[in-house]
Amino acid sequence: MRIALFVTCLADTLFPGVGQSTVRLLERLGHRVEFPEAQTCCGQMHINTGYASEALPLVRHYVELFKPYEVIVAPSGSCVGSVRHQYAMVARRCGDEKLAQRAEGVAARTYELSQLLVDVLGVEDVGAYYPHRVTYHPTCHSLRLLRVGERPLQLLRNVAGIDLVELPDAEVCCGFGGTFALKNADVSTAMLADKMRNVVDSGAQVCTAGDSSCLMHIGGGLSRLRAGVKTVHLAEILASTREAG
Amino acid sequence: MTTFLGMPTAPRGVGHLRQVEPFPVAARRGLANTQMRRNLTKATGIIRAKRAAIVGEVPDWEQLREAGRAIKTETMAHLDHYLEQLETNVTAHGGVVHWARDANEANRIIVDLVCGTGAAQVVKVKSMVTDEIGLNEALAQAGVQAYETDLAELIVQLGHDRPSHILVPAIHRNRAEIREIFLREMGDADPGLSDDPAALAEASRAHLRRLFLSARVGISGANFAVADTGALGVVESEGNGRMCLTLPETLITVMGIEKVVPSWRDLGVFMQLLPRSSTGERMNPYTSIWTGVTPGDGPQQFHLVLLDNGRTAVLADETGRQTLHCIRCSACLNVCPVYERVGGHAYGSVYPGPIGAILSPQLTGIEDNASLPYASSLCGACYDVCPVKIDIPSVLVHLRARHVEAAREGRRLPRGEAVTMAAASWVMASRGRFTAAQRAAKLGRGVGRRGQIRRLPPPFAGWTEARDMPVPAAMTFREWWRREHRPEDGARG
Repeated sequence: MRIALFVTCLADTLFPGVGQSTVRLLERLGHRVEFPEAQTCCGQMHINTGYASEALPLVRHYVELFKPYEVIVAPSGSCVGSVRHQYAMVARRCGDEKLAQRAEGVAARTYELSQLLVDVLGVEDVGAYYPHRVTYHPTCHSLRLLRVGERPLQLLRNVAGIDLVELPDAEVCCGFGGTFALKNADVSTAMLADKMRNVVDSGAQVCTAGDSSCLMHIGGGLSRLRAGVKTVHLAEILASTREAG
Repeated sequence: MTTFLGMPTAPRGVGHLRQVEPFPVAARRGLANTQMRRNLTKATGIIRAKRAAIVGEVPDWEQLREAGRAIKTETMAHLDHYLEQLETNVTAHGGVVHWARDANEANRIIVDLVCGTGAAQVVKVKSMVTDEIGLNEALAQAGVQAYETDLAELIVQLGHDRPSHILVPAIHRNRAEIREIFLREMGDADPGLSDDPAALAEASRAHLRRLFLSARVGISGANFAVADTGALGVVESEGNGRMCLTLPETLITVMGIEKVVPSWRDLGVFMQLLPRSSTGERMNPYTSIWTGVTPGDGPQQFHLVLLDNGRTAVLADETGRQTLHCIRCSACLNVCPVYERVGGHAYGSVYPGPIGAILSPQLTGIEDNASLPYASSLCGACYDVCPVKIDIPSVLVHLRARHVEAAREGRRLPRGEAVTMAAASWVMASRGRFTAAQRAAKLGRGVGRRGQIRRLPPPFAGWTEARDMPVPAAMTFREWWRREHRPEDGARG
């Protein structure tokens, strides 16, 4: 299958390994990945901070760029959540009904990675190997906006060598929330403290999730505390094999 | 030609709807109050588990939620019709209906009614709306003492405190604190009072019983009003409400205009949704329903005050109006990770938590509660539990946009933020500018140690107070892609 990758601005700039892993994984499964190089950012930060008119050019850019593709994947629950649940709303708010309708079409073809694998490609065992103790944080937008449900866990359970342990209070937000972490830094930190305690209590050495932004938040806290737990994106675990870890 | 200035919002200088300080500042005090945080974590954890279990027993819960949403949507679309129908039916059954544009008007109506009876004290059923309009203060100014009779409201009143939760106003207090308040303030408490919940309840029972038997005026809110019969309903757990609703000669009920439902049949939906969502019970212990006046039984004077106080302004907003569907169950507070950590006082309004973060700014106008729409990580837990499916995260985002638009018009946008957002939009709208920005960001690699940045300047300083920040990658994804894959034919940016 021909799949267009929307890598997200965060992964592109700070976590390129997430994008590389997504490409390697999909190619290993026999698919052709295309990377429309004009892509930039989904605009979620603008939308969620109240800057709808500043988000509009980014919405238009994404919709125009990805319109030709049948299947689009992004390794981020929140960016896909924004495309699927906010794009048409932003376009309508700015009075562009035509863009809103085009956005709805492109949004329906945009998938978060675990949705693409399980629902579109029909795979639950991607043939990965990852011999580490891992706990999974189901990020809020994957969980409650996209309803990815058990899909990431189904994929992780089929990874050879993995020791998957449960995260206490897994469904509680880590406190990132985009600019919330800056505007309400103290509250965000209090939420992060509880998330980190649960990650450490799980006994895992790796905390994984389907969103680089939440992982940057949790990982940034764990790094500051020298907690001995690292964060690894779901795509990176699923891309790991016995041959190349 | 006239200019439409929008619907009137709740007036300033009266009631409890406005922040006195921005949410992040008030939240810091809540975060530092370790006793309150322990009380809240424990209490919300218990209610969350009870709610989840009891909702789980209902096979058609999602259909019930949808029915609740549909009834409220229909009601809001024809609110004028249902309110007039309610007025007709209440009047036909011997009640008197008063229309109050705002808090000042409502307070004036109620104070006049109470003073007209000659009573110097009133007993009150727990009511959010009378706290919204600051009725107790208005009564006090007229020389009338209002006694709260709901146990938690009594604790708040005796403690000279503010409510911090919709359902459990004293949720921030534990039993040791309540014992101290009773001993200090009740006047008639046994000095040997223990902090056993049963003993505390008994102390309040003895204290309140005398008030019930002597009060000539009762004041209540209402959970529902049924348009096609004129019936009013109050849902409670303690029975103190029923005392207030039945013993005094005069009953004055204050109700936000959004509380009306079209018909009796609709109560079948809400009486299933409300107790399960609020206390995690299949059925609440006391449901009192009355229609006007019944000669020789219960209050012989009944007044219904219908309050707007900014609600019509909420109704006028297509996205925001679903906020008026709220049945005040407080399930959204109990699941909110922000509320659990900061407590209700941080919201500065009688309506705390996620629902407060969308209701208060709409009632007052966003400029008076500007930081509330941002008091959420948009995690969406509130939307999942809302019994009438209010999409709180979407309304929060909508209100943020309204705030930015209003601030832009009044040139009141925080300059740094507006400039950053505009610049980020400009950069991100073009591949060339975006890649140039990525190259510039790589300069930040020099700031980091072992791949992490330990300290960033404002506005990012809040991040690095508690978190490291990874340095930009040496090779961006797109550079890797170019190296590994042939660039697409005709790719332009």
